[in-house]
Amino acid sequence: MPSDIFFQPITELAAALEAKKISAVELTGAVIARTRAVDGRVHAFNSFDEAGALAQAAASDARRTGGQARGPLDGIPVGLKDVIAVAGQPLTASSNMLANFVSPYDATVTRKLKDAGAVLWGRLNCDEFAMGSSTENSAFRPVHNPWDTTRVPGGSSGGSAAALAAGEAGATLGSDTGGSIRQPAALCGVVGLKPTYGLVSRYGLVAFASSLDQIGPFARTVEDAALVLGVIAGHDERDSTSCKIEIPKYRAELGRRRGPWKLGIPKEYFGEGLDPEIAAAVERAIAFYRHEGCEIKEITLPHTQYCLDAYYVIATAEASSNLARYDGIRYGHRSKDTTDAVDIYFKSRSEGFGAEVKRRIILGTYVLSSGYYDAYYLRAQKVRTLIRQDFLNAFREVDALITPTSPVPAFKIGEKSDPLALYLCDIYTIGVNLAGLPAISVPCGFTDRSLPIGAQLIGQPFQEAALLAIAHAYERAHDWGTRHPIL
Amino acid sequence: MTEPSAGYEAVIGLEVHVQVKTRSKIFTPVATGYGHEPNTLTDPVVLALPGTLPVMNKAALDAIIKAGLLLGCDIAPVCKWDRKNYFYPDSPKNYQISQYDQPLCRGGAVEIELPGPARNVMGGHKKIPLTRIHLEEDVGKLNHGATDSLVDFNRAGTPLMEIVSEPALHTAEEAFAYLTSLRATMIYGGISDCDMEKGQLRCDANISIRPVGETELGIKVELKNLNSISFVRDGIAHEIKRQLAVVERGGTLVQETRDYDGESGISQSLRSKEMAHDYRYFPDPDLMPVKVDEAWKRRIAAECPELPFAKQRRFFEQYQVPYTLTSVLVWDKDLADYFEEAAKLSGKPQAVGNWIVNDLLRELGRSSSGAGRGLSPTDRTMSGMSPELQQSPLAVCRVRPAHIAALVQLVESGTVLTNAAKEIFVEMFGSGEMPESIADRRGLRAAPTDAGELEQWCRDAIGANAKAVAEFKSGKDSAINAFKGPVMKAAKGKANPKLVDETLRKLLAAM
Repeated sequence: MPSDIFFQPITELAAALEAKKISAVELTGAVIARTRAVDGRVHAFNSFDEAGALAQAAASDARRTGGQARGPLDGIPVGLKDVIAVAGQPLTASSNMLANFVSPYDATVTRKLKDAGAVLWGRLNCDEFAMGSSTENSAFRPVHNPWDTTRVPGGSSGGSAAALAAGEAGATLGSDTGGSIRQPAALCGVVGLKPTYGLVSRYGLVAFASSLDQIGPFARTVEDAALVLGVIAGHDERDSTSCKIEIPKYRAELGRRRGPWKLGIPKEYFGEGLDPEIAAAVERAIAFYRHEGCEIKEITLPHTQYCLDAYYVIATAEASSNLARYDGIRYGHRSKDTTDAVDIYFKSRSEGFGAEVKRRIILGTYVLSSGYYDAYYLRAQKVRTLIRQDFLNAFREVDALITPTSPVPAFKIGEKSDPLALYLCDIYTIGVNLAGLPAISVPCGFTDRSLPIGAQLIGQPFQEAALLAIAHAYERAHDWGTRHPIL
Repeated sequence: MTEPSAGYEAVIGLEVHVQVKTRSKIFTPVATGYGHEPNTLTDPVVLALPGTLPVMNKAALDAIIKAGLLLGCDIAPVCKWDRKNYFYPDSPKNYQISQYDQPLCRGGAVEIELPGPARNVMGGHKKIPLTRIHLEEDVGKLNHGATDSLVDFNRAGTPLMEIVSEPALHTAEEAFAYLTSLRATMIYGGISDCDMEKGQLRCDANISIRPVGETELGIKVELKNLNSISFVRDGIAHEIKRQLAVVERGGTLVQETRDYDGESGISQSLRSKEMAHDYRYFPDPDLMPVKVDEAWKRRIAAECPELPFAKQRRFFEQYQVPYTLTSVLVWDKDLADYFEEAAKLSGKPQAVGNWIVNDLLRELGRSSSGAGRGLSPTDRTMSGMSPELQQSPLAVCRVRPAHIAALVQLVESGTVLTNAAKEIFVEMFGSGEMPESIADRRGLRAAPTDAGELEQWCRDAIGANAKAVAEFKSGKDSAINAFKGPVMKAAKGKANPKLVDETLRKLLAAM
């Protein structure tokens, strides 16, 4: 067994498992050992259940021995962001509100991963209720970027990105409401895919903003991402916003779909505030595609400047309602020494929620209030329609868009204390959520300080297969993924 | 009884919540029910655990479409869902999924019958216009103890329709008639059992008064917790009186919500307008709007039954039966169907109706712990409807329409006498045996069949009473009755009275 097995892509691990060069128990054991060795510096995990993981691995080995292996994910340790329900496991959303909550049921993605034989490994740290861009809003502890542990891993799915980058899992799942998969993937040097809204069931995902949230994979390679997406995608009777569409064989499609493609460069995504090293790296990626024969076209998304405003109205409005259920009555944190129901609400929520969550609940409550609804929420929805139309107009001319994922590389923990400065981290990712589109962040270089850089490819609705193929073409010609942080 | 005093009229609008009778809850496949162990009809969705999502139960949508079609509403082309945000411990999500700006049904009306001048005389009819009907989810139930309160979420997520009338009712009696008719419509449609004791029908009333001739509405008071139909009537009557008293002593009314206690007959203020909620409605992003197309509406329309008042008009027309019968028959669909079947079999609707309304209902009432049924809209005893009223004992009744028709035939043909028929009825109610068979077995047939023997008895009776013969001959028709007693005595009570009468007249005429 190679000593750095925990850095190998799933495709290779699956081949090794299939060839019986390693067992799932050995692989899981290696990942557990790695996690024990490094997570004290990364803090990617809120909790993990070693015995449970090893039992799942043993069951996987038994299946394989009996000729009943369930495919390439069988026996692969997969970590889940702590907003995705697993029966019998904690589901904290990195919040004191749910610090002691154990889910009695499985999310649909969890059930699908179990059916595929994956070893569900640990609960991954994140910003509280997935609200944030640095994972500093975790109520428990911030996640540290494995490439530089004085820096943030991005967020909100910082634990999912950092765990993968640090070799603490074979793949992970995160959730993306405004960039929460893609931005930490970029900052941690891994692949992160946000699927089209409605492709992956949200049942069992702790809701932040229902019309924007999507679950998606973090992976070492585009092929791994395709493989995980193929397992978790598909209509779910438990989620009426999940679409009834035929799910392509994403991994197989990678080999079939070849360019050249028409790629659009939205000029609004290369303006002020973009780090020059990131700009240069993305330009080199664009040059690669041009060299490959792709037609590169500058396009415009004229309503881009309104994305952040529309997002913070819609997302907070939905969040204010979605988080109302955390009231201390049925489960979760309940304040001691309360006098009546209203007192339970006030004290439990005051104690249970952190500052950023409270900020968003208050903002969302305000924008939905009588007399303000039309001016804020309704108008934001109209702007949202225009933003989506911008993208759809662009897709009449091009197959996909290419942009930076994040305007800045990983910044220092504590560096951005102003919430608005943090909100700007999502400036290139938010429009995709408002428009419901699929997008992927792929590693495209490093800064002078050896901090990873990600490029974002944005695809047409439900055209994940094309999007993955475009990303795959780039990835095959580069070796960014072979570099690993030293911990 | 509650006509506002001189110069003022009351204006009343009713908000009625009706639980829809679906097997599972409106947004998750867990069962609905009443009277189960607390918190057993729950699942992660009902309890609003983190990550759960609602998925619509189409049967609930079927039900509201049916209600809308029965009441003549316009049905929206799309079913759209909104969130009504407020914190209360019986509300698991602290928002209620409801319909705000696009209710599924708009317009329509509830036909009511007002009390007539006497119980057996039909009162006037009018149509009370509806504003809207929308669908939402019910909440759980709080049980308050001495030192704490417990929440039972069994009821949470039961589909609930809110039926809102225009402010077009003017008396407590009208409100009573409205609820009675609406309730019958829901039961007829199989939409709800409307058992108020189980909370399947709940009513809030908005009441104001204004000078007669004024078109603007006065200050509105919302009356809550009217948990039986007579409490609705009494509570409204009480509130109108209260408002008039305030105005008469020169006071001012305030917009408020009041709680009416039906037992004590008093109301008290719950909250004023200043404490009104801001529900922060917005479209529920978890639920996609659902298209309601013409085919869907047609399918539901095909399941819509004829409503009581329409049935009553048809019964008048088709069977020429009086109000005293229709007013009982049409309020219970099973009973009305039963009547029609028996009437068609027998061809004597009036006689059939009499047997059903008088004898069958009496026996059914006896067999189901004394509860009456088939109550008319103006019946004063309708409060606290017992559950027995909901189930139809008719379904298990051994007397079928064919029995009634056969019995009517026996009586009409003079084969059995009325008193014997009553005996036969009681027996067949218990056993289900056909009346002919009972009559034969128990010797209850009018006898004799031998005309010669009857004629001899008649001759004997005439011969024994010359005085009566003279009286009859002089034109006193009732004198004929004097012969009947002796004939019957001779016949041991089994003679066919019709035949006796005919024979006596024939003989007397020949004298």
